Amino acid sequence: MSDALTDLYEPLLELIRRTSTDLPRDIDEAMTAAREKEEPGSAGENVFNILLQNIEMSRAGTSPLCQDTGMISFYVHHPSGMSQLAFKRVAERAVAAATAENRLRPNSVDSLSGESVDDNLGAGMPVFHFEEWEMDEIDVHLLLKGGGCENVGAQFSLPDVGLGADRDLAGVKRCVLEAVHLAQGRGCAPGILGIGIGGDRMGSYELAKEQLLRSLTDTNQDRVLADFEDEMFERCNELGIGPMGFGGKTTLLGVKAGVRNRIPASYFVSVAYACWAHRHRRLVVSKGKTEII
Amino acid sequence: MINLQVPIDEKTVRSLRVGDQVSLSGAVLTARDRAHKYLVEEFVEVSQPNDDERENLLRIEQRLQDGVIYHCGPVVKEHDDGRAEFVSAGPTTSIREEGVQAEVIERFGVRAVIGKGGMGARTLSALKEYGAVYLHAIGGAATFLARSVERVDGVVHRDFGVAEAMWEIELKDFVAVVTMDSHGGSLHDEVREASASSLSGVLASMGQAPVDKQQR
Repeated sequence: MSDALTDLYEPLLELIRRTSTDLPRDIDEAMTAAREKEEPGSAGENVFNILLQNIEMSRAGTSPLCQDTGMISFYVHHPSGMSQLAFKRVAERAVAAATAENRLRPNSVDSLSGESVDDNLGAGMPVFHFEEWEMDEIDVHLLLKGGGCENVGAQFSLPDVGLGADRDLAGVKRCVLEAVHLAQGRGCAPGILGIGIGGDRMGSYELAKEQLLRSLTDTNQDRVLADFEDEMFERCNELGIGPMGFGGKTTLLGVKAGVRNRIPASYFVSVAYACWAHRHRRLVVSKGKTEII
Repeated sequence: MINLQVPIDEKTVRSLRVGDQVSLSGAVLTARDRAHKYLVEEFVEVSQPNDDERENLLRIEQRLQDGVIYHCGPVVKEHDDGRAEFVSAGPTTSIREEGVQAEVIERFGVRAVIGKGGMGARTLSALKEYGAVYLHAIGGAATFLARSVERVDGVVHRDFGVAEAMWEIELKDFVAVVTMDSHGGSLHDEVREASASSLSGVLASMGQAPVDKQQR
């Protein structure tokens, strides 16, 4: 198995290259549609014009869409028997190579000394999430999430008396509106929200971030959450924060939510904010063949 | 679109208002967290700069007097012969420099700070006092903005790392919006207030408690 994983070096390197330079189409389609809603000649409309040009330029060339190539996170679903350790080793090699060819910025910093690491590796870098499944395929979902948007994420513990947020869906909605209002344009709006309801602190954030791996155009299987997503999308856009926080009609491009059970004493709500440059792609390895989606 | 050419004089800066879209050309210095810490520790908090830093100080002073700081940690292609090229170079979040930006503007005579997300009251007040503006670049538009970096002239403290080093660059037609001016105007304050009022409306229509009734 570990020999087979060595063969993943090139596909993983290509996955990183594509993810850093080629934004998923659902996002630029949403942005093209959003541009139409902004006032002609406004700063908001101009932001969209520049962002859409930037997307095309990056797609056509080799330069990272955003210079903050982010926290490098691999979400891996794998069959029984795949060595996680072997996967980590080959993925780390691919990360170092992608950094050497400028598809990733040297973005790993020693938190105590402040020293920057040249190859993007180091303690806790990159991030791996492994999940075994019953299928034969290996599914690698790569997320490159920059710091500007990561920093405006938020977690709430309900009830929140200050917000008037109780332990129900109305309370969750209050938290989401609060997070978006506090973020203003600082997460490089228009953003995409991943919302985690329930779990413990860590699980709630994890769940929120996993929602960001969904397509903007999918529909939540859970009817309650599907309605919640639609309502939050509409309500948050009524805040008028707009692209880059310049004011305007589009503050968010999408809202995705997931739910987990909680223990009776806790009720966490987590909001993961992804900037418009939401770089994520999948590598699917099936019967020795690889495909990047 | 207003054309700005570095060096920028005080009169030009004072003529700029929140909402103006500008196209900037000329010499700029990138500086983010580590660089700001360095500028303050080495040249603001001490009366005599360290001998080892004198040459750097001259370069920085020359570039920043009536000049421009860009909050940017670029992706840079460094060639074997020492030449460097900016590959991706959008703005980084500016608020992290709020604690020291005012001192840096005063010490070096900076006329414009480029970044994203806006800055706070201390910086706004320094913009007014010393005659400077905050220019908001388009966050994430890194490939697009790197095309406006015509040349890399040099780098100060490359040892800080690619992203944290102070790159001496020459911009051509770099697009940005004035979001904080030298008259106390801040688009960020305006949008925050307007969106707070919208939030109250949204909460009311959802049957939730209004913001002003909350215990904060």
